[in-house]
Amino acid sequence: MNARIFRRPVLLIGAVITLALLAVALMSLIWTPLPPSQMNIVQRLKPPLDAGLLGTDQFGRDIASMLMVGAWNSLSISFAAVAIGAFAGTVVGTTAAMWRGLFELCVMRLCDIVFAVPPILSAMVLGAFIGAGRFTVVIAIGVFMVPVFARLTLAAARQIWARDYVTAAVGIGRSKSKITLFHILPNIANQIIVQVAIQLGLAILTEAGLSFLGLGLSPPAPSWGRMLADSQTFFGQAPWLAILPGLAIALAVLGLNMLGDGLRDMLDPRNNT
Amino acid sequence: MIAILTRQVASLFVTLLVVSLLIFTVMDLLPGDPAAIMLGTSATPETLAALRTQMGLDQPLPVRYLAWLAGVFQGDLGQSYTYGVPVAGLMAERLWVTLPLALMAVTLSIAIAVPLGVQAAYRHNGPFDLLAGAISYVSIAVPAFWVGLLLIILFSTTLGWMPAGGFPGWDAGLLAGFQALLLPAVALALPQAGVLTRVSRAAVLEVMNEDFVRTARAKGLGERGAVWRHALPNALIPVVTMIGLQFTFLIAGAVLVENVFNLPGLGRLAYQSLAQRDIIVMQDVVLFFSALVIVMNFVVDLAYLVLDPRLRVPA
Repeated sequence: MNARIFRRPVLLIGAVITLALLAVALMSLIWTPLPPSQMNIVQRLKPPLDAGLLGTDQFGRDIASMLMVGAWNSLSISFAAVAIGAFAGTVVGTTAAMWRGLFELCVMRLCDIVFAVPPILSAMVLGAFIGAGRFTVVIAIGVFMVPVFARLTLAAARQIWARDYVTAAVGIGRSKSKITLFHILPNIANQIIVQVAIQLGLAILTEAGLSFLGLGLSPPAPSWGRMLADSQTFFGQAPWLAILPGLAIALAVLGLNMLGDGLRDMLDPRNNT
Repeated sequence: MIAILTRQVASLFVTLLVVSLLIFTVMDLLPGDPAAIMLGTSATPETLAALRTQMGLDQPLPVRYLAWLAGVFQGDLGQSYTYGVPVAGLMAERLWVTLPLALMAVTLSIAIAVPLGVQAAYRHNGPFDLLAGAISYVSIAVPAFWVGLLLIILFSTTLGWMPAGGFPGWDAGLLAGFQALLLPAVALALPQAGVLTRVSRAAVLEVMNEDFVRTARAKGLGERGAVWRHALPNALIPVVTMIGLQFTFLIAGAVLVENVFNLPGLGRLAYQSLAQRDIIVMQDVVLFFSALVIVMNFVVDLAYLVLDPRLRVPA
């Protein structure tokens, strides 16, 4: 295993970036260079290394500290959203594969419908409904993830249902739900894991977009998307305000995408020859 | 073939109807009374009630839904509460920004991605392939609206070559219009191009080992001719699918990028109407975008039938 990971540079880079980001996010819970919402007007709009590691914003807040807490906010929201989507989607998808018939048809149609409304629009509507905030963003992104996982698990589970060992299990009288739990799920787990990594990247992008529009976390909680929105007034004076949070988003998404691709290659038995 | 087509058209309409019902119901549940918002705080209960009757807000939900749907089919999308003009006209005006923007972005992304993907497949595992792979990885990870911000910093604030945002209108001349849309289109195209590069590389690579490509090589067409004339057309199905599937993300990107560049497009209209609680506009724009995604998926399915005759056989 250890030797194998080094032969897979994509997986390795993805894992390193993701773990590093996770470490920074977790660290922000116990330590940041300065409190992220501490203002210091005298030190406002300082470039990186002039004040703090990465400079300060228009209120003199420390960018490095804000980015660290932003990492926690972004990752925790995305993890929660994908967890909801993966769990609900897998339940729906495997149930549809188990029952087939009308239920399966309804699930497929419903997926089409949820897919049709771009997540950013449904999040905007939902935000108007229950107000902007962490919960809104998690639900809005999570709902959009449900059909992704439902479709994936339905297709994957149907393949497993056709296998001989499942037919054998049916033959000895195992119940459908037990077969799903003990035969189907373990065999499609790999595909779910890979999809989780890829959807996490997508969730981070969507969360950033929503915060950019002012529909994410409410201030002063730091968020990468809103830092970008705030930077627009200071392009001429402080371009780093627009560059750094974007780099953080891109790095996070890049890491998760590479992790997902690397995992897929490793877990796909066709590639292990 | 006819049977497949009929079934697909029928399912298209059912999906559209359910989506419209869903959107209408959700919008109806939104807090805030449009009549009260229009009249402001000084309204007396009598004028409020009169306006509600006039706007049909006192009717039950199914009646209002059917009235709205009937209007949509006749091209009457209702009256905007805040702008005081018909929504259809408002949307048509905004569409003339969003549609060219989306078309420019898709064209740009194909123009970048397909040659890059084909070249990468053609020289697979070489340094060019590695570079193309790295570029597409990075471009998929960057948010379109951030690319927009960076382009503004570089080309507007620093170099002063391009307008930083806004739209002069097509009356100001085609060139001025295109110039205003160029940076936003690049911002939108870049993440799309990353995805398309990977898909076209993989698709061409898969087809390149097929017998007919070997035949093309054997008859002396040369590697380049074999790839472009024979492999690429057969690799188009996944590429077309991806362009269709990416449509949702293109719309999401447009909402954000239009806000970055202050473009008076449909995406910005959606955002503004929500902020102003102009529910009827929001409802129509969301319906329009959703219908667009559904129709786009439908077109992709049809494109399959055209591009791959094998799929015309009913399952």
